[in-house]
This record gives sequence, C-alpha cells and structure tokens, in this order.
Amino acid sequence: MKAPVISSWFGRGQVEASPDIESAALRSDRFRLEREGEWKRLEAILVRMEKGGLRRIADDDLIALPALYRTAASSLSVARETSLDAATLAYLEALVQRAWFQVYGPRMGFVRWLRGFIFGGWSRAVRELWLDLCIALFVMVAGAIVGWLLVAQDEAWFYRLFPGGMMDPRQPGASREELLSVLKHDEGAAGLAGFAAQLFSNNSAVCILAFALGFAFGIPSLMLLVHNMAVMGVLLWLYNGQNLVVELAAWLSVHGTTEIFGILLSGAAGLHIGRAMAFPGKLPVLEAAAAAGRRAAVVMVGVTLMMVVAAILEAYPRQLVEDTNTRFMIGGTMLVFWLSYFFLYRPAAPERAA
Amino acid sequence: MSVRGISPAQRDEKRLRTLVTPEGLALPITIAARTARAGALVIDFMILLFSLIVVQITIYYIARGLVQASGFDLDAMSSSVLEFLGICMAIFVFCAWYGYFLVQELGPRGATLGKRIVGIRIAARAGTRLTPEAVIARNLLRDIEIFYPLITLLILAVLAERGEPIGVLGWVVTGWFALFLLFPFFNRDALRAGDIIAGTWVVERPRAKLAKVLSVEGAAAAGGASEATGVRYAFGEAELSIYGEKELQTLERMLRDSPPEALAAVHATICRKIGWDPGAGDERAFLEAFYAQLRAKLEADLRFGKRKADKFA
Repeated sequence: MKAPVISSWFGRGQVEASPDIESAALRSDRFRLEREGEWKRLEAILVRMEKGGLRRIADDDLIALPALYRTAASSLSVARETSLDAATLAYLEALVQRAWFQVYGPRMGFVRWLRGFIFGGWSRAVRELWLDLCIALFVMVAGAIVGWLLVAQDEAWFYRLFPGGMMDPRQPGASREELLSVLKHDEGAAGLAGFAAQLFSNNSAVCILAFALGFAFGIPSLMLLVHNMAVMGVLLWLYNGQNLVVELAAWLSVHGTTEIFGILLSGAAGLHIGRAMAFPGKLPVLEAAAAAGRRAAVVMVGVTLMMVVAAILEAYPRQLVEDTNTRFMIGGTMLVFWLSYFFLYRPAAPERAA
Repeated sequence: MSVRGISPAQRDEKRLRTLVTPEGLALPITIAARTARAGALVIDFMILLFSLIVVQITIYYIARGLVQASGFDLDAMSSSVLEFLGICMAIFVFCAWYGYFLVQELGPRGATLGKRIVGIRIAARAGTRLTPEAVIARNLLRDIEIFYPLITLLILAVLAERGEPIGVLGWVVTGWFALFLLFPFFNRDALRAGDIIAGTWVVERPRAKLAKVLSVEGAAAAGGASEATGVRYAFGEAELSIYGEKELQTLERMLRDSPPEALAAVHATICRKIGWDPGAGDERAFLEAFYAQLRAKLEADLRFGKRKADKFA
C-alpha cells in the first residue's frame, strides 16, 4: 500500500482534508486533493513574489517557501509515477518551475549587487583580465606609434585619420598660437555641464562598442583601439612639430588618464570574450564564452562609471584649469587612484554560491 | 517522462528541453519561440520610443515656457536652466536605454514588459542562478546586434540621399545586421549573441491553472451510474485494455473542454472499438465513467510497474 507511506512523507504539514476527498473515485485524485491546499498556498506566495519582491510577503510564508517548494517537487515526482491526470501533472510542472525560478532566482537585488561591486567586485574582475589588459595596452601603444609614424612619413594620412573638419585649427602647418588656442577655453563655466553629459553618452557608447565587438573573436575590439590611439598619435605628432607635446599631454591627461584607462578596460573586456571563444580551453565554447562574458560585464559597468568621471573631468577641470602643472597633477592623481583601486585594493572575496 | 509531455496545448517538441533542479527533479522547459521574442523586442522598443518622445515633448514645452517667460530675450534668460534641461534629457535617455532592460530582467519576473506580455522570461542556461552579471552582459550586447547597425544604416541612407559616396559600407553594415538578426536561427536553442555571452536563454513562462478534479463529479464519482438515465456503466477487463495513456489523456482533454458534439463523436468511436452499441443522449456520463475506469485500471497497472503508452503498445 503506497498511500500511508506517502502521507508520512508529507506528515509535517497536515493538510485539512477538503470535504470531498472521500468522494474521489481514484486514488491519484485523492492524493491530489490531499495536497492541493499546499500547492495553492505556494502558488499564492509565488504570485506575490513575482509581483513585488519580498517585502509584501508575511514572514511565515517566506519561511514556508522552501518547504512548500520541496513538497511540490516531491508531489510532482510521486505524481509522475502514480497519476495519469495530465492536467494535474502540467500544473505541478509549471508550479515547480515557477517556484524554482523564485527559490533559485537572483539572490540579490540591484543595490546589494552594486555595493559588492564597488567594494571589491569590480577590482577583482579587472585583475582577472590581466592578460587581456596587457595585450590591449600593447596594442594601444602600438596604435599611437603607428599613427605618429604614418603621418610623419606622409601628411596625407593626417586627413584620413583625424576626424576634425575643415574649420578645425588643428591642421598640419598650423601655427603655435593656433594650436595652443585649442588647449585653452576662456568662456567660463557656462555650457560645460551639457558638454559633459554629451561627452559621457558619446564616450560610453564607444566603450560599449569596443566591448561588444569582442564577440567577433576580439579582433574588431583591437582594431577600434588601434584606430582611437592612432588619432592620438597623429595629434601628438602635430603638436610635436611646434614643441607643444608637454602642453598637449597635460591637456589630455586631465580626463585622458580616466577615459583612456576606461577604453583600455573595455577593449580588454571585449578581447577577453573573444579570446575565450577562440581558445575555450577545456570548457565547451558556450560555457567558456558565458563565463568570460560575465566577468567582462562587471568590468563594463565599471567602465560606465569611469566615463561619468571622465566626462566631468573633461568638461570642468580641463576647460577651467589652464596651468600645465595643475593639469598634470589632476590627471596623475586620477591615474594613481585608478591603479591603486584596481591593483592594490584587494578586499577578501565574499564566498559565493555557484 | 517523454510520454507525459502532453499538455493541453500541444508543445512543439523541438523546443522542449529538460532542466534538472538541484533536487534532481527533471522539469520540462520550453524555449521561447523566435517570433515571440521578436514581438517582445518590438513591444519594448515601442515603449521606450514612446516614453522618450513624451519626455522630449515635455522638456520642449518647459523650454518654450522659459523662452516666453523671458520675453523672447535670449540673453535675459538664464542659460543654465536650459543647460540643466539638456542634461536631464541626456541622462534620461541613457538611463532609459540601459536601465529599462536591466532593472526589469533583474526583477523576480526575469522579463521586461514586452516579454511579460508575450509570456516569456530569461533564465540561466545551465539551470543555475541568474546573476546580475549575466543580465548586464546580455543587454550590453543588444546594442551591437541591433541598434548600432540600424543607426549606422540610417546615417548611411541619409548620406547616400545627399549624393555622398558610401561605397560598400552599406552592404557591410547590412551584412552585419543580418548576421546578428539571424543568429538565433543558426542554433538549436534560439540563442542570440547576447545569450551566448551571458549564458542565458529565453524560455516560456510556465503558466497553468489547477484544473478541476474529474473523478469527483458526474458518472465518474457515482461508480459509473448516469444521473440522467440511471444506467450503470461498467467496463470489463477486455474493454479497458484497448486504450493506453495517450488516449486517456486525449479523453481527459476532451472531457475538460470539448463541446457535446465532439464528445458524441468520441463516444461513437469508443463504442465501436469496444464493441458496444452506441446509444444517444447520455454521451457525457458514458465518457466520464469510461475515463474513470480506464484511469483506475491504468494507474493500478502503473503501481505494478506496467505502462501502456498508447493503444499500439
């Protein structure tokens, strides 16, 4: 006889017998009628959880949830072996699946995740990408050198690489004063906030592009890095012609140490995914890509934050501070800050469920 | 279990997968149809576009009000207010674009509004927990899959309209767009590029109402006796061993939601098969009694480890 054994499994939460259990002709229907109270309670809790998070649920219900989930799961496996009622089976399968999504769903909300991210998660993810960071850095330096060498050999390259229009004073053959004038900004603080917001959405779009392009085995990410840095090499060459490299470097460093670092990180993140797909190692390609994608996504959220910082720096201090030394100091401070945050700040990793 | 895959709406077998919970229970899970996903995307995109337009118009009216308040004297007007409006707009666009998908998919439903409307949700592929990182990764990639190529194509179209040479770039971008758009058609699980990177997939949201118990009502409960005629339907061993589980569940489905005419047809078929003389007017009671007794027999066999999948088994 199976019924007594089964009911002893569920003995804990004695369900009040619904009046018509005895009237059910089939044993499997009696099985169902005895338990459907618990199933419906589970369903009610799930509906509330799906609607609005945990706050609206009574503590009793929340404590009962794992037990109810397991009850439903074992009801399902018993029903599969003893019942031929397709509707009940379909209901139980759907119920257990919904409960599974909640019981094993995302454990933390966005805020808690963000806290863990800022205090350790981000810098850990960056350090996990060290090899890709080295490759991306190498590619960026190479890009700048290539840009410089190309223009140094043939000035026609300048017009191909440099995005500025005809009105831009930054042209080969420009005078020292013209070049210097770009590095200054004398209109005060008006209009700078809008400028910053625009810079931010523009720059973070470039970074997200560099990351997302990693999907094609990382090669387009690297090409994007080379192209961006070649433009910088061209600029350096232009200012070098008038011995203004130090001034240009100071002007760039204010926001560039943050922004170029951010571009470096997003290129490395893209490369990380591309590398995982091209050389998945022992894992299947899909799993390797997924693992790399999750690590890289953490870095990318951080890059977005860096772009906010960079845009503010680019709009305010860079335009308002004109002194070369002060500019260098701001840029250098930011660089030291990022480097120490990423590589020296190593809080213990919280233990995580897989 | 494969026999049990039958549910009221016949599932597409090709989209059926098995998910093993940590308790070791195998659950059937259905991959969302590609059409459903496309529909969800269109709905989400419409919602975003609509709300962006509304915000834009609001900001436009605020700005116009400011211009009028200053008596159309642009110099007298505080430029920082307009600037503030511009910043609000830029930040709103950014947050709406990325936040809309992120916040909703991280919620307990694991779906954006569009996905909820078409009844699908995202889930981690390996049956593990869905993590914030995965949701972020799959949403960042949506940009290069759809929106960047679309915007680039739009810009190129405008350039071409003005007579500027764009060369093969248009074809390259179109190819790019087509590649990512058709990506879900090149793998079994209908994964898009973002799903691959994030280790997620999109599945149908389980939805089932607990149907009523069939064996407590009508002739099934009364031991085969019909309320209308008082006749007692009792079937013998030979008559009940013709059909199997598949037919039983088909009959269950029909008893739950078929009209009387369809039941009459089934009644006639069953009578012919078991060699009874089909009467008329009491089909439902007959079928209820037959269902209850067939199920009782098959379930009794089940307890002894004997399964009869269908009438051919």
